[in-house]
Amino acid sequence: MQRASVRRDLVVAAATLGILLALPLMFPGKSFSDFVIRLSAFAIFATSLNLLVGYAGLVSFGHGLFYGLGAYTFALSMQKLGTSIPVGFALTVVLSAAVAAVVGAICVRLKEIYFSFLTLAFQMLLHSIIIAWTPVTGGDQGLTGGLPRPPFLGIRLDDPQHLYVFCCVTLVVSLFLMWHLVQSPFGYTLRMIRDNPRRAAFLGIKVWRARLMVFIVAGIFGGIGGALMSLFVSSAYPDFAYWTISGEAVFMILLGGISVFFGPLVGAITLLLLNDVVTRVTDHYSLVLGIIILMFALGMRKGLLGLLVSLWKKRKDAATVKAAAAAGGD
Amino acid sequence: MLVVENLRKSFGGVSAMNGVSLNFEEGSLTAVIGPNGAGKTTFFNLVTGAFRPDSGRILLAGDDIAGLSPPEVVRRGVGRAFQIASVFPSLTVREAILGAVNAHRNWYARLVRRFPLRQAEPDADEVMELVKLDSRANTLSGNLSHGDQKLLDIALALALQPRVLLLDEPTAGMGTEERWQMIDTVHQLWQRKKMTLIFIEHDMDIVFKYAQSIRVLSYGTVLAEGQPDEVRRNPKVIEAYLGARYEGQPA
Repeated sequence: MQRASVRRDLVVAAATLGILLALPLMFPGKSFSDFVIRLSAFAIFATSLNLLVGYAGLVSFGHGLFYGLGAYTFALSMQKLGTSIPVGFALTVVLSAAVAAVVGAICVRLKEIYFSFLTLAFQMLLHSIIIAWTPVTGGDQGLTGGLPRPPFLGIRLDDPQHLYVFCCVTLVVSLFLMWHLVQSPFGYTLRMIRDNPRRAAFLGIKVWRARLMVFIVAGIFGGIGGALMSLFVSSAYPDFAYWTISGEAVFMILLGGISVFFGPLVGAITLLLLNDVVTRVTDHYSLVLGIIILMFALGMRKGLLGLLVSLWKKRKDAATVKAAAAAGGD
Repeated sequence: MLVVENLRKSFGGVSAMNGVSLNFEEGSLTAVIGPNGAGKTTFFNLVTGAFRPDSGRILLAGDDIAGLSPPEVVRRGVGRAFQIASVFPSLTVREAILGAVNAHRNWYARLVRRFPLRQAEPDADEVMELVKLDSRANTLSGNLSHGDQKLLDIALALALQPRVLLLDEPTAGMGTEERWQMIDTVHQLWQRKKMTLIFIEHDMDIVFKYAQSIRVLSYGTVLAEGQPDEVRRNPKVIEAYLGARYEGQPA
């Protein structure tokens, strides 16, 4: 087993960020930078859901709760409270964590299917609140009038370039933190709980506490994803808290691969591209999407990235066997 | 080391444990035997906190541990392996054992460092060597043979440095030769780690060869207890469980 090095990963993250920031030089159009900004929101959101689904074995159907909550918390804090952007993000993180702690404390002790449905119920509860609480949330119209984006530390997020850089940095930092989590001892504890919670308990692991911890972390990053989206669209809509948003994150995980950390990122890229391409060609977007999802569910369970990784491993194994055969070929 | 007093447990009116009192000396190697449904596994489940007893006391080195949750019981030094090997299929042998060491040292919720922790490695390597799984270190647990999965299950418990180790049929589902290898490994690690080891076993040849003392359970009560020779000659045990085969055989 190779010891994963934090320093090496930091270098990779910095290099990735550098490339992301350089890309607009090659693709100067607005559609490219808009794509990356939307991607940052969805990739953080989908990856945070995969912490639960892929690593902890907690299949949440209601992760959109945090996406919607993050979007509205951030948007309302900017629009109604008139806070600065860092304070808006801080409020998003605090409120997402608090709600995740309460919802998680109720849900994580439940058996699989009850967990799934109760998380969905909490999400629909938030959706109902948003629809009903018109004076604050704007009801089914969403928040109108746009968000003020006061400059902070010389960063002006009403400038598209600044917004692009800000979203890229948030994306890379968030993914790095979540990557670090799954590589930590806690990340391996989650894998143990996913594989066999009963055995984990008989090793002295407080299973529900570990589950609650990851639920809160996933909630925080889900909220950050929502906040980025509300920053991008300069508003927040009830759709952000609707169950379909959870469904989209699940599709992204499915497309990219549940068993690989960067699967949801690849899935997010794929789904957003599909969205852009298919809607240009036909009105029957849902039909096309449905067929693709069916194909993945039936024939490509590992997802795109998962498939690539397993092919690469197979080649490496074959090469090792070959080398061993050559070495012992006397 | 481990004393249970008047332990009772019933499930929906069916009494599974009917006033069992037993004593296990520190450092002893004891077999628990009895027909199917005698309450052997229930006894393990009660001791390890999987079930809460209806009444009775479970004393571990003098402290009552009855009613504690499994993680709490584990923390006090009771390790356990299961009748059907209970492992983590998607982790390699080494990762799983390192994970168990982290659990034991209370490092399992650490977020700052990367896995595996350097400080956990010597313990994990020692345990792998004890159960002779070092050559399988990088094999996925789910790809191990049945026998190796049983060994890994025991290794996970050993990583907790238990004072009392409970093994539920370590030789279940194995061929004759494999059984003797397994019990030999178990016997060796008992000698080396000097812990109190209690195992459930159906193979009487193994029981009479290795156990220092024997507890016979039947219908949730203690039918007999004592040295192998006494138990073997006990008419009640012969009638209820052993049959004529072992009667009067020389030790």
